[in-house]
Amino acid sequence: MNLHEYQGKSILKSFGVAIQEGVVVDKVEDAVAKAKELTASTGTEWYVVKAQIHAGGRGKGTVEETGSRGVVLAKGIDKVEETVKGILGGHLTTLQTNGVGKRVNKVLIAEDVYYPGESEPSEFYMSVLMDRDKGRNIIMYSTEGGMDIETVAEETPHLIFKEEVDPRVGLQGFQARKIAFNLGLSGKAFKEMTKFVAALYAAYEGCDASMFEINPVLKTSDDKIIAVDSKVTLDDNALFRHKDYAEMRDKTEEDPTEVEAGEAGLNFVKLDGNVGCMVNGAGLAMATMDIIKMSGGNPANFLDVGGTADAERVEKAFQIILKDENVKAILINIFGGIVRCDRVAQGVVDAYKNMGNIPVPIIVRLQGTNAVEAKKLIDDSGLNVHSAVQLQEAADLVKEILA
Amino acid sequence: MSVLVNKDSKVIVQGFTGSEGTFHAGQMIEYGTNVVGGVTPGKGGQTHLDKPVFNTVAAAVEETGADVSIIFVPPAFAADAIMEAANAGIKVIVCITEGIPVKDMIYVQEYLNGMDCTLIGPNCPGVITAGEAKVGIMPGFVFKTGKVGIVSKSGTLTYEAADQVAKAGLGITTAIGIGGDPIIGTTTKEAVELLMNDPETEGIVMIGEIGGNLEANAAKWIKENGTKPVVGFIAGETAPKGRTMGHAGAIVGGADDTAEAKKRIMRECGIHVVDSPAHIGQKMAEVLGVTA
Repeated sequence: MNLHEYQGKSILKSFGVAIQEGVVVDKVEDAVAKAKELTASTGTEWYVVKAQIHAGGRGKGTVEETGSRGVVLAKGIDKVEETVKGILGGHLTTLQTNGVGKRVNKVLIAEDVYYPGESEPSEFYMSVLMDRDKGRNIIMYSTEGGMDIETVAEETPHLIFKEEVDPRVGLQGFQARKIAFNLGLSGKAFKEMTKFVAALYAAYEGCDASMFEINPVLKTSDDKIIAVDSKVTLDDNALFRHKDYAEMRDKTEEDPTEVEAGEAGLNFVKLDGNVGCMVNGAGLAMATMDIIKMSGGNPANFLDVGGTADAERVEKAFQIILKDENVKAILINIFGGIVRCDRVAQGVVDAYKNMGNIPVPIIVRLQGTNAVEAKKLIDDSGLNVHSAVQLQEAADLVKEILA
Repeated sequence: MSVLVNKDSKVIVQGFTGSEGTFHAGQMIEYGTNVVGGVTPGKGGQTHLDKPVFNTVAAAVEETGADVSIIFVPPAFAADAIMEAANAGIKVIVCITEGIPVKDMIYVQEYLNGMDCTLIGPNCPGVITAGEAKVGIMPGFVFKTGKVGIVSKSGTLTYEAADQVAKAGLGITTAIGIGGDPIIGTTTKEAVELLMNDPETEGIVMIGEIGGNLEANAAKWIKENGTKPVVGFIAGETAPKGRTMGHAGAIVGGADDTAEAKKRIMRECGIHVVDSPAHIGQKMAEVLGVTA
């Protein structure tokens, strides 16, 4: 589950990680009062207004309606309302929004932390994630903060460091010190960084995260170390331990059809193609998408109906697939094991009848337990359904129908 | 011969009296698997499916001599169940449970390190040695006895492959479903190695999907050590970057874990890669010189 910047920061703060403080606003009229509250605790009257959407590149993104950037500095309380107005309620397009503007329902008004002082501020990159090769968590960090880390990895890979954490003992002091040294810090900033790293790792473990990305981590001009941004992804499988975090889910950031499918127990991912598919099992579902492509079509979705493909589920799956107007055909591919194919076939027939008219041709491939009975059921139904037993036959039918 | 499980395996079921455990234990017994009992804390002393129920794995091992366990415990308690089995001396632990938190599995992996046991899964269909023992949730009838071993991350895609192999005039020795999670007990390479060393297995089907580099690691091992033909397929050519496709581990992160990249590496390592999942059985028959 992905979180907004402000939500991620609230979790970090609860574990003692120093953050850039801020207040969240969802109405323009609240902006000034909230900003004043912030000033009362921080002292600064310069603010950074940040759009809260689940996508990176906000600073360089554009709000369609106003032309504003997604992250804007407001140099004074008198600039706050105007700045918020330029972002809140608009649609923000960034390099990561796939060409579609995302509606900004909330903005974070944060303290400006790039104030001048005894030393120059400097930005670092830091993330925590699991190294799949080793099955262990690592802290990945770089002196090149504030930039896209993929660019850093490509252009200056020697500036990216990794520190592996032994799960038996957790992050050790020497590791935090190594990180602070590698980032070129000394004195107060060095100490602050070791504290920051220790708290950050504790937060990662404590909240069952699957990824933390803090970019930038800032050394301020008075040598504090703080998280200026936060990208936090939590492990969905561990949300049962964290009911409070589970409530942070923002469904408006997700595809509404995917949300609906999830509520019906279907695992669905929307894609851009013209052939819908309904499959039992994730691996077979991906393989079915691939076979659609090889047959001259493009998959319109990933859909795993799971272990109980009964009439109700099949009908729901049909409804979800048919919401997409680009769908020209639907391929149902079920390998019946514990699930009996004739039950699934009956489900298809019933769903078809319940829904009145399904406007696109359907190819049903049922293999495994009671496949023969299932094929007969489909063939005798008189519906516009093509049946297949072998996977290759199904592929050929897709090709034929699209031709 | 076979790998991991056979007719002499003494199998216990953890989460025996729950609905999943009950249903699948029944199916396993029907297949002929030597199920010697089960574990459900608090129900020790009872009898379920005509088999004894124990409070702990240790008690089950002591009484029955069990050496294989299959786990149907809910995700919140599954990591604990795996460690209990290992601690009690179980040699092959098959964890079916889907949805175990990654943090729990990091600890499990560390706990098992250096112990004399093999974990299969989690989030997997299990292991079946055709005609001898089914320690999993797969439909037994699909796995006809023969000479081809299967290693796969996916459930239904494994059944698909087994069915194609059987229809191509071949059959199965052992099929190992290694699971689709980011952290799993037995890797593709380790499962392939087991089958390479099994004298009855003449060819291996290796099925992977997007995400991680298990298949690439296995391919490199095969290039150096392979003694039998391997037919490979990677699902997810059409999956978009950055989206999880059903299995927690099935997500394209970088350039190396796309289906295309994996297939390229596998081909370079001498694996017979098929682009279509419909051609797995046919390709295996071809490389083994068998006509259906």
